[in-house]
Amino acid sequence: MGSGRLYAAVAAGGFRRYATYRAATAAGVFTNTVFGLILVYTYLALWEAEPHLGGYDQAQAVTFVWLGQALLSTLAIGGGGFEDELMERIRTGDIAVDLYRPADLQLWWLAADLGRALFQLLGRGVVPFAFGAVFFPIALPREASAWAAFLVAVLLAMVVSFGLRYLVALSAFWLMDGTGVTQMAWLAGFFCSGMLLPLNVFPGALGEVVRALPWSSMLQAPADVLLGEAGAPGTFAFQAGWALALLALGRLVQSAATRRVVVQGG
Amino acid sequence: MDTDLGAGFIALDGVEKVFDVRKKTGFLKRERRQVRAVDGISFTVARGEMVGYIGPNGAGKSTTIKMLTGILTPSGGRLRVAGIDPARERTRLAHRIGVVFGQRTTLWWDLPLIDSYRLMHRMYRIPDARYRENLDRCVELLQLGELLDVPVRQLSLGQRMRGDIAAALLHDPDVLYLDEPTIGLDVVSKAKVREFLRELNAERGTTVLLTTHDLQDIEQLCSRVMVIDHGRLMYDGPLAGLHEAGESERTLVVDLERELPPIEAPAPARVVRVEGPRQWLAFPATESAAGLVAAVAARYPLVDLSVREPDIEAVIAKIYAERTSA
Repeated sequence: MGSGRLYAAVAAGGFRRYATYRAATAAGVFTNTVFGLILVYTYLALWEAEPHLGGYDQAQAVTFVWLGQALLSTLAIGGGGFEDELMERIRTGDIAVDLYRPADLQLWWLAADLGRALFQLLGRGVVPFAFGAVFFPIALPREASAWAAFLVAVLLAMVVSFGLRYLVALSAFWLMDGTGVTQMAWLAGFFCSGMLLPLNVFPGALGEVVRALPWSSMLQAPADVLLGEAGAPGTFAFQAGWALALLALGRLVQSAATRRVVVQGG
Repeated sequence: MDTDLGAGFIALDGVEKVFDVRKKTGFLKRERRQVRAVDGISFTVARGEMVGYIGPNGAGKSTTIKMLTGILTPSGGRLRVAGIDPARERTRLAHRIGVVFGQRTTLWWDLPLIDSYRLMHRMYRIPDARYRENLDRCVELLQLGELLDVPVRQLSLGQRMRGDIAAALLHDPDVLYLDEPTIGLDVVSKAKVREFLRELNAERGTTVLLTTHDLQDIEQLCSRVMVIDHGRLMYDGPLAGLHEAGESERTLVVDLERELPPIEAPAPARVVRVEGPRQWLAFPATESAAGLVAAVAARYPLVDLSVREPDIEAVIAKIYAERTSA
């Protein structure tokens, strides 16, 4: 209970920190909308040439694009989450401050990042999605239960995304400069989450593999729940499995990191 | 040295910290080298003491502090803070200690100061009444009232430091570690911080371990000082005793009626500088100036004189230099 309130406070702080920067949020909304427009016309051309590509009809494909834009910053698929800050703290030694606190490092950053993700969902996600819904034919469910299931899938996607980025950030304990790892993670995330193209478009073994990787929990899984292409329980189980595995791995790496840590700077 | 770990509130017995440093010596070739950042340090600090912990850069000060908070595990020796082994029970210890790293901040950069305090409230599970009482006290003494709603990134360094000190004290820690709390502050801010710490120690009996490069911090706050260099304790005792250890000298500045050859002063005093009618005589800080003044006054036409106290910085530099060359 006591620590629950702490992490709730941390999450609230994470939310407010991002809410502070209104101009950045507005710029982000604009960017996501423009990106969405570009991708939508690309997809429309593709689905025109190849109707029912990957099992989606045109409206579903368009919906997928706007979902992607709504979740891009929420799931920090293009970067911009807590990981840059954590890596910077490891590099400068400010991590010492985090380590002597009576709080768990992983839970602390998870809470902070969930707060951030929630803000990004509301602040940067809703407007581009609404724009897409107004100006393009999209396929959305009517039932509240489908939307509820979608939100659960998004929440699980946030945790999976955190789990991946936590590992990326911890690499800074060994590498000092995590730029390379961040870029690799960014590239993998863009492709493997379905941000570039829905994963069900990819044929054969490649498709099987990317659909089994943790990144597919991020955009593909919530999208398929919303579009009615995947059952909620199975999707949740897949996402939760990856979330737990990644968090457990993160914990393992964290204990190795803090044991060998040479806190930088005097 | 045999230290009874039960005797002190902070107790170290032969504590060592060895880092493995790997150096690249060629393509794929690496040389492993061990660096003894802390090399067998023993001391105890009683409850309510305020102790200065000084030494040059890289002496092992911060490494010691990090071991005392539990974020670094000692390679050897034993240490206890409030009866707790820091590395083993870091979280339990965290509730008993407050830490301020002058060059780092525990505050939330983007948010108003008060948000960070609310977080401390939850993190340390401070009872509501206690939290309000401590916050009010810190706000009053550290003059934070107008700053509470200001985002931390907009605070000046001095304001931020006061904010950090308050953050470290909201949970009533028994021990406060301060790592360069006045670094980069102007004279007024330094004075405020020192004044607050003096009161904290006097009224609450908080044990304070103060690491600093600013010897005025030590002179104004600490009755006891420990000097560390190359990971070893060089001196542990009252501030005054440092002068003896460093064989420090006071200076008698004499203005004569006219230019004269260097004064023939009784040993061990000696003239170190002559500039027109003004002469500088150095003599051991442990000796009285009266005898020397009388001897000079008896034989030379004096206009004016003054005695200058030894510069403690010079004293410590001398200790470092001696031990290093030894």
